[in-house]
Amino acid sequence: MAALARKRSASQPAWQGQWPIWLSGIWFAVAVLMIVGLLGLILASGLKTFWPTPLWRVTLKEGATYLGQAHREEVIPHQFDAAGAPKRRTLYRVGNKDLSGADFVWVDDDAVTARTRPAEAMAVERLEWGLFYGFVQQLQIDGQVVVGTPEVLWQTLRHEMPPAQRRLRAMRRIEKRVIGDINAQMEKARLAIRRLELEGLTVAETRVRTRHEAAIQALQERYAKIAEEIEQRRQQDQAFRVVLASVGERTKELPISSLVRVHRPNRLSWLGKAGVYADRLREFVFGQPREANSEGGVAPAIFGTVLMTLLMSLAVVPLGVLAALYLHEYAKQGFLVSVVRIAVNNLAGVPSTVFGVFGLGFFCYLIGGTIDLWFFPERLPTPTFGGGAILWASLTLALLTVPVVIVATEEALAAVPRGAREGSLACGATKFQTIWNVVLPAAVPGILTGTILAMARGAGEVAPLMITGVVKLAPELPLDHLAPFIHLERKFMHLGFHIYDVGFQAPSVEASKAMVYMTTILLLAIIICLNLGAMRIRGRLRAQFRGAEV
Amino acid sequence: MERTTMAVSKPTVGARRPAETSPHGALARQTAITIDRVGVWYGAAQAIKQVSMRIAEHEVTALIGPSGCGKSTLIRCLNRLNDLVEGLRVEGRIVLYGQDIYAPLLDVIALRKRVGMVFQKSNPFPKSIYENVAYGLRVDGENRRAVLDAVVEESLRAAALWEEVKDRLPSSALRLSGGQQQRLCIARAIAIQPEVLLLDEPCSALDPIATGKIEELLYALKEKYTIVIVTHNMQQAARVSDHTGFLLMGELVEFGATEKLFTTPSDPRTEAYITGRFG
Repeated sequence: MAALARKRSASQPAWQGQWPIWLSGIWFAVAVLMIVGLLGLILASGLKTFWPTPLWRVTLKEGATYLGQAHREEVIPHQFDAAGAPKRRTLYRVGNKDLSGADFVWVDDDAVTARTRPAEAMAVERLEWGLFYGFVQQLQIDGQVVVGTPEVLWQTLRHEMPPAQRRLRAMRRIEKRVIGDINAQMEKARLAIRRLELEGLTVAETRVRTRHEAAIQALQERYAKIAEEIEQRRQQDQAFRVVLASVGERTKELPISSLVRVHRPNRLSWLGKAGVYADRLREFVFGQPREANSEGGVAPAIFGTVLMTLLMSLAVVPLGVLAALYLHEYAKQGFLVSVVRIAVNNLAGVPSTVFGVFGLGFFCYLIGGTIDLWFFPERLPTPTFGGGAILWASLTLALLTVPVVIVATEEALAAVPRGAREGSLACGATKFQTIWNVVLPAAVPGILTGTILAMARGAGEVAPLMITGVVKLAPELPLDHLAPFIHLERKFMHLGFHIYDVGFQAPSVEASKAMVYMTTILLLAIIICLNLGAMRIRGRLRAQFRGAEV
Repeated sequence: MERTTMAVSKPTVGARRPAETSPHGALARQTAITIDRVGVWYGAAQAIKQVSMRIAEHEVTALIGPSGCGKSTLIRCLNRLNDLVEGLRVEGRIVLYGQDIYAPLLDVIALRKRVGMVFQKSNPFPKSIYENVAYGLRVDGENRRAVLDAVVEESLRAAALWEEVKDRLPSSALRLSGGQQQRLCIARAIAIQPEVLLLDEPCSALDPIATGKIEELLYALKEKYTIVIVTHNMQQAARVSDHTGFLLMGELVEFGATEKLFTTPSDPRTEAYITGRFG
């Protein structure tokens, strides 16, 4: 090839005939650069989030002292020092929102008189109010004040953290499981009574009603007992307390169980930092969100995203394949079919918000409302299926992505060799048998390609979800221990919406920016995993059609 | 549609119809298919013009002619595979053992079980060798393992493929060689025990050795089946067939005993073609 190019250049300028190669090559390079750049930005900004950085004690000329982590720095516009160099300032994350009001502070670099890294400085992640930077001042273990050096206090605190967290988890479990079950049973009894009222009471039913009322009574008694037990546990837990002091000599007293994680970043070795990083990452992936989603984990959102995407695929594949089958195999090709095909293709261009509005009107209100009216009249006016739900959101996204599947399936059907169909028909198979046994299996790789595209499109879509069932914080997952275990009528959390919510609705944009990047990485990772799964299946099928061992 | 109507009326050989003589005078076997003034139109273009011929039972009838002469179109009318082609219209009558196969209420599926077909390009399904052969029975609702096993073995033996594949029946049919794939397609076609076997240029993609095997096979198969073969290879037609029809631009120029057609053709165009002056 090179020889050929050289030979030709003897008779004509080298660029002639080669510029299309260069042009396409350059644009390919630009595309690659943009993808790599975007991924690089997301990865670089996201992955460093959880790495502990040093804690600085910064003393300013006018006497104020801050303790915090350098978040980022920048040049102050239009300000120059004596030498004419531009002045710089640094944004410190100082935490302690409950004490000082703001957890970020801009510090002009030339106003700093001293900058040290106190070895004892602690970074404390709390359940409420976010980060606290400071020192342990006092420690109470089971009501007894611990005396000793700061080092002893620190070691004792670390030692007391795991049992405290166990106590907290136990309380939460009782609240969620036992009280949740009691509430569910009470609600059931209440609804049964309501249903009887709606149907008009007979004497026999009055007896049933009395039984339900007695059940509610019993449940209420049980509830009171359990509430008492929780209160007892809380009292016990409150005896384990810590007093934290900030650099400004202000203190904060709180139970040890409300601390999530403590570490002293200035004393951590590289390995220790890696440990903190891994622990934070684990919490992020498997934990529940805290602090208006800007801290903690995104497990419910991951679950919601995966479940919704799978439900959507479950709905969109049969829908799209059947539609494409009819269009391509059965419908008489003509004007009408052409119009339908164009309409389907253009459906992909309809703004997704419009789909959301349609889903809200059609699925939530019309279908969901009708289901409520027929099957859950006793719960009205509280909607069961008649509001946002993971089921309706999935179906809305299925409608949104169905053109992709239809187009891909039609192409796959058209690509099935004529010989395969004829071979089957010549064996005396009916048209349906031919489609089912020969045409569809041969088209499956193409259909899966469509599914992959639909999943990628659907998993990243946010706008239609916001009106059909996504919430900022879902109290219950669509999957739990209460029958029937899968609750498709529940609202859910979604990573895409989480990104929007944390990025634009969180109280502290600076603090949550990192979470936005991490969530984006996670969403991308999930989409990639789902796609890899589909591609694996497709690869296997393709190998089968090439004749590899099945 | 009642799918079994035609299968039930499958005649026992020579029971109802007296022996007929061929249009060319020689005492011939019983007629399997009568093609009576058949014309085929693709929209406004006529692909087959007024073709009439009789295809005798248990013989190999070859259709020869240059590319585009309509021989494939004609053979595809015999099992109504042409129904798939949009805008195609057939006129005239094609009669299979007394049954007009273009009759309005005819069950096409049943017809195709009586008239099997092997194609130019071997087209095994991406399934196992076993399932390929069993396909026709499976779609007919036969799922008893013993029956399938027997038919698969019998068909593969008839297609002279059994010895080569008997140890790897569950492996993919697509791993067979080209010639083996074509014989597998023949086995698949005869597994449903048709009366007529149509072969549309079955050897055009095969090497001479594979071609030789298939030709031998045809010789054996005609004991049981009526065979119609389309070929553009005149030597092949001369070797395997008993009767030959020469088609040119949709017209049946000459039809007769193979020996006579190749030695003393009555039409100058036939002579020109078989001596290689065109085509």
